Amino acid sequence: MADADVAAGTAPASRARRLATWLYRRPGVQPRLLLATPLGWLALAYIGSLVILLLNAFWDQNSLSGRVIPFSWTLESFERLVSNEVYRTIAVRTILVAAAVTLTDALLAFPIAYYMARIASPRTRRILVIAVVMPLWAAYIVKIYAWRTILQPGGFLEWMLAPLGITSPSRQEILPAYITLSYLWLPYMIIPIYTGLERLPSSLLEASADLGARAGMTFRRVVLPLVLPAVMAGSIFTFSLTLGDYLTVALVSNTKFIGNVIYDNSALGSLPLAAAYSLLPIVIMVAYLIVMRRLGAFESL
Amino acid sequence: MTESRFTRIALRIGSALVLAFLYMPLLIIAIYAFNPSQIMDWPPRGFTLSWFGEAWGSRAVREAIINSLLAGLGATTLALVLGTLAALAVQRYAFFGRRTVSFLLVLPIALPGVVTGIALRTTFQTLGIDLGLFTIIVGHATFCVVIAYNNVLARLQRLPRTPEEASADLGADTFATFRRVTLPGMRTALISGGLLAFALSFDEIIVTNFTAGPGTQTIPLWLYFAMSRPTELPVVNVVAFVLVLVSIIPVYFAQRIGGETTVAR
Amino acid sequence: MKTLRVGALAMTLGLVAAACGTSGPQGMLQELGDGEGELNLIIWAGYAERGDVDPAYDWVTPFEEETGCIVKTTEMTDSAQGVQLLQSGEYDGGSFSGNASVRLMAAGDVAPVNVELLENYDAVFEGLKNKSHNSLDGVPYGVPHGRGPNLLTYNTDVVTETPTSWDIIWENGGDYKGKISVYAFQDFIADAALHLMQKQPELGITNPYQLTQAQFDAAIDLLEQLDANDPVYWQTYSDQVSSYTSGEVVVGTSWQFQVNLLQGEDLPIEAVLPEEGSTGWSDTWMIAKNADHPNCMYMWMDHMMSAEANGQATVWFGEAPTSQAACDYAESIAPGHCEQTHATDEAYYSKIWYWSTPVEDCGDDDANTTCVTQEDWTQAWATITGG
Repeated sequence: MADADVAAGTAPASRARRLATWLYRRPGVQPRLLLATPLGWLALAYIGSLVILLLNAFWDQNSLSGRVIPFSWTLESFERLVSNEVYRTIAVRTILVAAAVTLTDALLAFPIAYYMARIASPRTRRILVIAVVMPLWAAYIVKIYAWRTILQPGGFLEWMLAPLGITSPSRQEILPAYITLSYLWLPYMIIPIYTGLERLPSSLLEASADLGARAGMTFRRVVLPLVLPAVMAGSIFTFSLTLGDYLTVALVSNTKFIGNVIYDNSALGSLPLAAAYSLLPIVIMVAYLIVMRRLGAFESL
Repeated sequence: MTESRFTRIALRIGSALVLAFLYMPLLIIAIYAFNPSQIMDWPPRGFTLSWFGEAWGSRAVREAIINSLLAGLGATTLALVLGTLAALAVQRYAFFGRRTVSFLLVLPIALPGVVTGIALRTTFQTLGIDLGLFTIIVGHATFCVVIAYNNVLARLQRLPRTPEEASADLGADTFATFRRVTLPGMRTALISGGLLAFALSFDEIIVTNFTAGPGTQTIPLWLYFAMSRPTELPVVNVVAFVLVLVSIIPVYFAQRIGGETTVAR
Repeated sequence: MKTLRVGALAMTLGLVAAACGTSGPQGMLQELGDGEGELNLIIWAGYAERGDVDPAYDWVTPFEEETGCIVKTTEMTDSAQGVQLLQSGEYDGGSFSGNASVRLMAAGDVAPVNVELLENYDAVFEGLKNKSHNSLDGVPYGVPHGRGPNLLTYNTDVVTETPTSWDIIWENGGDYKGKISVYAFQDFIADAALHLMQKQPELGITNPYQLTQAQFDAAIDLLEQLDANDPVYWQTYSDQVSSYTSGEVVVGTSWQFQVNLLQGEDLPIEAVLPEEGSTGWSDTWMIAKNADHPNCMYMWMDHMMSAEANGQATVWFGEAPTSQAACDYAESIAPGHCEQTHATDEAYYSKIWYWSTPVEDCGDDDANTTCVTQEDWTQAWATITGG
């Protein structure tokens, strides 16, 4: 309770005063008190939950009732994951699509981010920033629903492509999931790249030009290296959000991602298997975050 | 500037195409809201306003909206308190493991929602906690904390320390200084962080799906279930369209504040 | 039964089960008291309508007015979610299909039902009582909501001759490559097994849900052959409706519900029950073991067997009413409904294998046979559709 009072400042004045003095004399206590609530919260609500889930990965399950039997240690779930090729296929597919979505979004984001940061007038820029951010606030489920209707047989895309003699992708393919995911996370890529480009000093580009570099050369040798951390910052969103998605995938296609296997197994199949498979995206994301932090992507967030 | 005329035109066209891509689905939703049929083929089969009345009269939709608002408020409040505390500690003090804090806080949004959802549900079940609005709020707050944290931290880094020192010199204790000096300085950061956290909570569906109890359907959950029922698609279209319109409100406020709204999901 | 006892023992030793506690030897309600004022249900979409979509279909409001039990519902998207919801302990019960109900009974998540307390139970068709999906050792664990087969559905413009056999998708699927619509969940493995029951009697399949490894492998082979013909798997019925509407698919398995919707839009869609029978579902209202509002739940179960509620609910979803009285009521609001759903035709339903859960002891007393379990089904299904 102490730290809550500290924050709210609700304790009676004299006691508060004494507490303040006490805290002042012990500088090491303050950060600990401040951190205790948020981290305690995180440890209890989140890390604790994760640990419980991961313990399930090492437990057996009653085959009739499907109930997990606590403390019945076994590696069976991991053996299943390794021995059945389909889990590898699904993992590779998920990672490849996450990488493809990231690349696509970076390519789509660059022109508009560049235009916003370096060509548009301040007024246009302001409008464009709002225009890019706006779709981000529209609900996730609404955007998936929109794509579901666009992609469905007889839908908008089919109608658009019919004159060109192209058929719209079927639910059986990966394409609908890839398109929808690329759409969903695109603004998360535009904003950091825009911020990165805006911070780029014009003098650098001028210097490069003065030294005889052509536009292409300046772009490759000056702009790209300096904007890369921003792209990486954006990739944290595009990559992780794609890697962990299951709802989009299930609603627009029949493809399976890691998340779908986890979801499908969480109640009727095998919770231990779901828990074991969860380790994969967790390990990938933690590794990804560590690498990104090393590369300085966190500063561009 | 170094860009050639050609580059500029190409960039302009590219930007226009990307914007069209971003808005096309939202536009299509808007058009379907007036579609009289429950068959969703393109082009729509006519024009009607009748589904708006239908949506307005739906008890399920109204209850879901109320639940979403309550969950959003609860999660935002919790996230602001916790995020501010963490930001103050990280920004004001040097201590061992300081860098790990931001890493830990970002985990709940970086890891898959389905993992967080199943983990929270398993825990609630083990502890015998009733699923309902409370568990939804706990779930949402878990990943909203980092939003508040980021916004407050960014502000604290720019806030000069001198007013606080002056306040202390003038005899104000830690709490008075916080209340009178630090807090007002963070005000806009708290508002923009709160706005973002609220939007995030209002939008969340995956963790909600695992932590919602009986009768605590939120509006995204309602949409999710209703969209697989052909007979309800017309009402789904209307609700989806209204949600797109409503999303202009936070953008407007964010602009008014002019605060540094950190992008984060 | 040995597995069950081992399971029960393991569970009582386990943390979770120990925390729950048990109520009496059987956990069965002995006497009906007053309603508790509240009822929390897990339902399939459309199983508890309160007139929101169509004011003519409302069987929740009359129940609330009559019993004072305020109904709160949570929909499940699939059986997996239903099980998960019930195990959360927040619910008084729900409407479960056979692929969830067996597991719930075995896990002790649901309580046996004292049918003596239910006025309307007597009138229910005998063919719906004491089935493997709604009873355990002869003790009823729930009351029926309605039933229906997975029908062979086809577009009459393309499939001009009325098909009489599932051969059209299993043997001649190549003729409709990319245009076959089949169910996207693992229960569909049973459809393949059902076909093999007739086509390859030497396999000795007697129940499409309880398969030995050899039988199971044969069914999986058949599914892989079908998968090579690029079927479109439908997860939600709105997916399937749009697939048929646009002509993306022309033949496959479907429920009467979608067929009615499609015919309502004047599309050339017909459905038949093939000669060899089919899989199907018979949903059961079950009461959670530690239900907070058991009296309201009993009242609800009774209500859902009443002529008015059952008649409305089964017409709404295009499934067969569960009693003659409900049938008569259904006819009064939707003439021809009983005949169309073959509600009173036990010979018709004797050809239907209701969704059930694969269990290791094959669900029989023969100790020498072991069957492929639910986890193996989940895994095999992931292999077919996820690869």
